[in-house]
Amino acid sequence: MSDGKTPLVEMRNISIAFGGIKAVENVSVDLYPGEVVGLLGHNGAGKSTLIKILSGAYPADAGEIAINGQIVAIRTPRDAKANGIETIYQSLALADNIDAAANIYLGREKLTPWGTLDDAAMEAETRKAMARLNPHFRRFKEPVSALSGGQRQSVAIARAIHFNARVLIMDEPTAALGPAETAQVGELIKQLKADGIGIFLISHDLHDVFDLADRVVVMKNGRVVGTAAVSDVTQDEVLGMIIGGKCPPGAIPGPGSATGSGAASPNAAPTSLAL
Amino acid sequence: MDFFRKFEIDPRLVGMLAALAVIWTGFHLLSGGSFLTPRNLWNLSVQTSAIAVMACGMVLIIVTRNIDLSVGSVLGVVGMLVGVIQARWLPDLMGLEHPLTWLISALAAMALGGVIGLFHGALIAYLVIPSFIVTLGGLLVWRGAAWWVTTGQTVAPMDGRFRSLGGSVEGAIGASASWALGAVAIVAIITAMVMARRRKLSFGFSARPPAIEAAVIGVIVASVIGVVMLFNAYPLPVGIARRVAEAQGTPWPEGGLFISHGFAVPMIIAVATGIVMTFVARRTTFGRYVFAIGGNPEAAQLSGVNTRRVLMLVYGVMGVLTGLAACITTARLNAATNSAGSLDELYVIAAAVIGGTSLSGGVGTIIGAMLGALIMQSLQSGMVLLGVDTPLQNIVVGIVLVVAVWLDTLYRKRLK
Repeated sequence: MSDGKTPLVEMRNISIAFGGIKAVENVSVDLYPGEVVGLLGHNGAGKSTLIKILSGAYPADAGEIAINGQIVAIRTPRDAKANGIETIYQSLALADNIDAAANIYLGREKLTPWGTLDDAAMEAETRKAMARLNPHFRRFKEPVSALSGGQRQSVAIARAIHFNARVLIMDEPTAALGPAETAQVGELIKQLKADGIGIFLISHDLHDVFDLADRVVVMKNGRVVGTAAVSDVTQDEVLGMIIGGKCPPGAIPGPGSATGSGAASPNAAPTSLAL
Repeated sequence: MDFFRKFEIDPRLVGMLAALAVIWTGFHLLSGGSFLTPRNLWNLSVQTSAIAVMACGMVLIIVTRNIDLSVGSVLGVVGMLVGVIQARWLPDLMGLEHPLTWLISALAAMALGGVIGLFHGALIAYLVIPSFIVTLGGLLVWRGAAWWVTTGQTVAPMDGRFRSLGGSVEGAIGASASWALGAVAIVAIITAMVMARRRKLSFGFSARPPAIEAAVIGVIVASVIGVVMLFNAYPLPVGIARRVAEAQGTPWPEGGLFISHGFAVPMIIAVATGIVMTFVARRTTFGRYVFAIGGNPEAAQLSGVNTRRVLMLVYGVMGVLTGLAACITTARLNAATNSAGSLDELYVIAAAVIGGTSLSGGVGTIIGAMLGALIMQSLQSGMVLLGVDTPLQNIVVGIVLVVAVWLDTLYRKRLK
């Protein structure tokens, strides 16, 4: 992919530790416009932590993030949003007691000229946004706790794409969905990709990832095992990367690869204990 | 349920009003007709004010999944300082009964309350000490501090103008002013409702049918007029009426003179607080964040809300309202005592909870909490009227609190 273009996102040598446990260690990943990169790995491999660094939920201990080649400081969710990075969390991160519009605009409310909340305008915009995503959605007045899993998912997606995101992070976007809704999310990803949005897709469903992603990045014990274009590797090979940390010939090995240069790192032992 | 939803009427509010009607009618019958009198209801409005003002702040705190056990003690220490300021410091600086004494004292009370609240809020939000512990500590610390202000001496009397904040005769605004206030309220309510309706329709949203809207407005206008008439029907006692007439230069007629109390200042303060706080809770980003934090603190934070700052400010607001309540209480007693506000924290929390505020966070209304305060005060006043002993009063209020929350739980389950 690196055919001379500037990556949309470049995370370089990112590390973060929680109480001595290195959750993410010296990880570098990049993402190009209109590209879908699948982040794969076991629970605890560090993929959710890595994307939480990009979305501003955790400030990184070390490393840098560049957006369109410019190094930016992302310390809070607000910083990430200011750089066009939006996230759909696995937990959806919705406030259950307020309605869809209030959730979509949470933290960036539309205000009237008097500085008060403009709920009518927010609801009107929400109706437009939801009409595109989920035409059957009708329950605009009710708190999101009253909605079905699929409807809640649509609200979380609407919140992420409504503000002209350039980078979209999707953490297990289909985990709570039925087959029809999963297909719908797949369509949406293709459409966003066509619009030139870069997407990080976190999933443990290999079929999903091979369907939708252009490249995969496999993590294990907080480090990158390897990176590969989906056309260059088989699902079995990727499975081997996830489970054994073995990098196949079609992939570019990372510091976490069992055969890679980083295997001799002095921190290897405590990291594997952390699992 | 469909009826309420269709016409956008809050069923819980209707339920609370019904409960209040039952309590009032019950006491009226049991007391042989002395509960629903202008005099008793006027006193009830004054007695409820301080708790109602604080309940407005407590709703926001409980909505964020926290608690404030310190409000009674903060009221105590702020009340002592407000007494010392106006009875000892300001007379030396500006002379006795200076026209600004009341204002300076009241602003100092709110500022001091606000600072104490922000301090509690900072400990809770930034040092992540549980609010239960911080405010439990506050309950002890500030009660002790209240004693230290004058080493236990009661400070009295208060400034004459300041006293009007607490009700009694000085704090009754009279018939014409009450009518004027009622008229302003009616115009404001109609304007607000019509504007909200226009706004909804301009976006093509559904609104109540015009007939229902008109009926709701009619009920509200009639209630405002009724309340004004009620408070105007309570005359000043003869001796005081005579003094007032003499001061105005009106000759004292043979059969006496009917001079109305009208609204009491503390009740006006409480209602105004309720309106302002409802506005804050529903129409500002701050209020939206408070509810979002209560619904899902992590989601609020990931959405870019500065949750710590919001939480600290919520305690600041609670502190300012406690300062205001300290003024009402001190003015009403016409004295600052270090025991003022004892157990108020429990009444304030109970008012909020009876008013439908959920202790698990995210749910609560200002008007509900104020009605909760009114229900509790009605129970207590009614029992006093019936000559029920204090220990039994506490037993009844305690049982009502538990039953009210149980009913609310059942109601919520049925909603789901």
